[in-house]
Amino acid sequence: MWQSRPGVLGWLMTTDHKRIGLLYFWTTLVLFAAGGAEALIMRTQLMQPNQHVVGPSVYDQLFTMHGITMIFFFIIPMTTGAFGNYLLPLMIGARDMAFPRLNALSYWIFLGSGIFIYTSLFIGMAPNAGWFDYVPLANAKFDPGHAIDFYCLGIIFNGISSTLTAANFIVTILKMRAPGMSFNRMPLFCFAFLAASWGLLFALPSLTADTIFLFLDRNVGTHFFDVARGGSAMLWQHLFWIFGHPEVYILIVPAFGIATEIIPAFTQRRVVAFPLVAVAELLVVFIGFGVWAHHMFATGMPTITVIFFAAATAIVVIPSTIQVFAWCMTFITGNARFKTPLLFIAGFIFMFVAGGLTGIMFLAVPFDQQVTDTYFVIAHFHYIIFGAAVFPIFGGMYFWFPKVTGKLYFELPGQISFWLIFIGTNLLFFPMHIVGLEGMPRRNYTYPAGLGWGPANLAETIGSYITTVGIVVLMANLVVSYFRGLPAGPDPWHGATLEWTIPSPPPEYNFAVIPKVSSAYANWDYADREEDRRKLAAGVMVLEQGHEQPVSSPVDGWWAEIVEMPHDSPWPILLGLALAVVFVLLLLHLWMGFCFAVAGILLVLLGWHGEEPQESEA
Amino acid sequence: MRHTQGYPFPGLSTSRGTKPRRRIAAAASALLPLTLAGCGGRQSVLNPHSHPAGDITNLFWVMMAVAFGGLALITGLLVLAWFRRGRRGFGADADDPHPGERQGWWVVVGMGVVFPLMVVTALFIVGNGVIIGVTQAPAASSTAMTVDAIGHQWYWEFRYPGTKAVTADELHIPVRTRVNLVATTADVIHSFWVPELNRKIDTIPGRRNRILLYANRPGVYRGQCAEYCGLQHTHMGMLVFVQTRAAFHAWLRGQAAPAAAPTTALERRGEQVFLSGPCSSCHTIRGTSARGFVGPDLTHLASRTTLGGLTIPNRRNYLARWIVDSQHLKPGNQMPNLELGRAQLRALVAYLESLK
Repeated sequence: MWQSRPGVLGWLMTTDHKRIGLLYFWTTLVLFAAGGAEALIMRTQLMQPNQHVVGPSVYDQLFTMHGITMIFFFIIPMTTGAFGNYLLPLMIGARDMAFPRLNALSYWIFLGSGIFIYTSLFIGMAPNAGWFDYVPLANAKFDPGHAIDFYCLGIIFNGISSTLTAANFIVTILKMRAPGMSFNRMPLFCFAFLAASWGLLFALPSLTADTIFLFLDRNVGTHFFDVARGGSAMLWQHLFWIFGHPEVYILIVPAFGIATEIIPAFTQRRVVAFPLVAVAELLVVFIGFGVWAHHMFATGMPTITVIFFAAATAIVVIPSTIQVFAWCMTFITGNARFKTPLLFIAGFIFMFVAGGLTGIMFLAVPFDQQVTDTYFVIAHFHYIIFGAAVFPIFGGMYFWFPKVTGKLYFELPGQISFWLIFIGTNLLFFPMHIVGLEGMPRRNYTYPAGLGWGPANLAETIGSYITTVGIVVLMANLVVSYFRGLPAGPDPWHGATLEWTIPSPPPEYNFAVIPKVSSAYANWDYADREEDRRKLAAGVMVLEQGHEQPVSSPVDGWWAEIVEMPHDSPWPILLGLALAVVFVLLLLHLWMGFCFAVAGILLVLLGWHGEEPQESEA
Repeated sequence: MRHTQGYPFPGLSTSRGTKPRRRIAAAASALLPLTLAGCGGRQSVLNPHSHPAGDITNLFWVMMAVAFGGLALITGLLVLAWFRRGRRGFGADADDPHPGERQGWWVVVGMGVVFPLMVVTALFIVGNGVIIGVTQAPAASSTAMTVDAIGHQWYWEFRYPGTKAVTADELHIPVRTRVNLVATTADVIHSFWVPELNRKIDTIPGRRNRILLYANRPGVYRGQCAEYCGLQHTHMGMLVFVQTRAAFHAWLRGQAAPAAAPTTALERRGEQVFLSGPCSSCHTIRGTSARGFVGPDLTHLASRTTLGGLTIPNRRNYLARWIVDSQHLKPGNQMPNLELGRAQLRALVAYLESLK
């Protein structure tokens, strides 16, 4: 079997999905801290009426960057980039992603786009028209300077990374499953990532087109959004939300996937109504493409249009309720052990239901038109995004910590961190419902006294501090556990899926022997695991002639062929770097330099497609 | 007597009527906070003063009750799981890999598909079949009058078609009258929103969106721009004064008239300052040569109670401070700080205060 190259160079040139997953993990944690700091500054500003911790100009940049960061630079890269990269090949019994070098390229582009967009904040030119960036406010006329150009280019740059990741996941899930893992024997985690990846692939082009139009309007003089010259301000909103609503499901469906792995492990029971849950995970993303205009009910669209989108919004409820009751029934009929990961999942179900119920309210169009753009909506989607996407991420960090590090985390501080975060987020987000109903609009850098908004805002700010303490306890617990934790062994939870069949941390090649799979809960099929051990001893199905990987048929998971996978490569990081140069040149309007940089990219691509010496067949 | 509820600043009377009425209005406004106490202030969805807003609020209370029921159900299931920890299935064999699967399916299909379908269908019919008829844009023929609301960065301009009346930030309508409000924008997207009277409507460039404005009883209702529109989105408030029909028509006649000529020497000097200085390049005062259109029409500035999108009360000292230091009160607004001598400022304020 092969080994990774040691040292820094090994990390820079790696194509190992686990190393790339860890790079994603650390990078997104840094960006999460940045987005969290932005939120804390805003909450401190709003603690009391008429406070001026920051002025309106800084505040506008803060809420814009908070939204961009948490959506594009924390949750998507954390779920798909970190959790998906690390775990998905392990769960389907593969030795790597389908396109390892493309995977590395995704990461370097993601890192480049993160540095690119945060540069704007440090030079005081951060995007300031909201993450939704409505025109005409974002046009050059009302927002001169580079702030919105940073937004457009940063989003396009980041979108390339997400697109590559999504394509890679889809091919990996369809083609790289261990022989025997037919579609119906795939863990629910994989269904969730398949759904999210299809979602990304189809949603992102709309946003990319939108931001390209805006960049051209601002810098080249086109008139896509210029009403006076025959453009349309509504075009931006439609294209944005055609991406923006599927995006919500792209954020939470991978979190559903994490939940559907933690629940079986801690209840020792297969998920109730498995086929329904699998279909629901795919359906929620599919139907999610038909509801975008419910973000635009107050724009004065014709009543018939509004009602159509309200009906679609009503239908998208059903896949979610199916999953919620399936999770709850698994809790009840299984033998639930309320360890930290399961506590986070129980908290996630509570938060998701609370946020989902206010979401259902928005299908009543008049009510939506009354409370849209108020704190009621902020409350709703933070229950969804923090409660339903971030809680499972935290739960997943605890759950897979032993697998990734080989150490056990400390249980008591884990439970303390859960309760701090759970109480903190509820204190942070619940009063937002009330203050929104009392008429407080979003995106206000301060608010007057005398409207009754003070007490709720104070509670929210205190809640944000408690949440922060909880997250610090969580991180500290994991750091201390890394150095002081007890050895975990391969399978501390008696988990259900294939990653628990291999040592912790997993070796470079993941599976010494290609595993046999006959259900979605492969680690509980003891006869299969026994057979794997026999095969390993006999040297059958080991594939040790270099960096080899079996490829199977998409539906039946039937043995198709054995392919040779690429090893370490310098081309992904070089291509990422070249792309970063291209975007910087575009930002600075250096068109000649831009042409040279594109030529440079073509050269790198030549290298990429050339023969590479394959490394170390130890 | 004064009350402060609903105003962004303390000690401002809501009544600036004509002199004989002032005392009655003050007494009435003193009673107002009592009636509003406990209703959550004066920009509250939960404190409706019209039938469209009332229908939405009633719908909300029903939805909230159902939602709490749903949340209690799920919480109950999770708590039940905690009590049942250590037990698998419902009397099933503990070694069964799927204990209680059949009952689970019944719950998932019944509670996860059938029940929510019934709930969302009922909500859909009530919300989008019944209530939407009350809140959607009114048929023009069903309304008695039209008001144009024009969003600017960052104030509201109100026009009364058919008259010459133009005002800013403060809109007057007659009580129990169906008003056709036409919302447009002079620059970016804003959103007209007075929650106690109706839902919101965005102002979209190139479009004339409409909404019904109706109030059951006289009073002052606070509203605010609800769509992020730039640096001072925060200070883009408005007040809707709902008056008896007679009082409203008297007000409208006054607003439609050109500005009163200055009477004292000080006011005349102030008018000179206004017309010769930078003021007139951005502001209009009908009846004078000032024809600017960047800032609000100031023809009847003194009849307003507030300045700068409800940033400050319209009183002498605040007005003076606004003229020389608006960038401190409302950073980034379109009006530059004016550098005026003490005497000039005094005269200018006296003139503006005379524009009843």
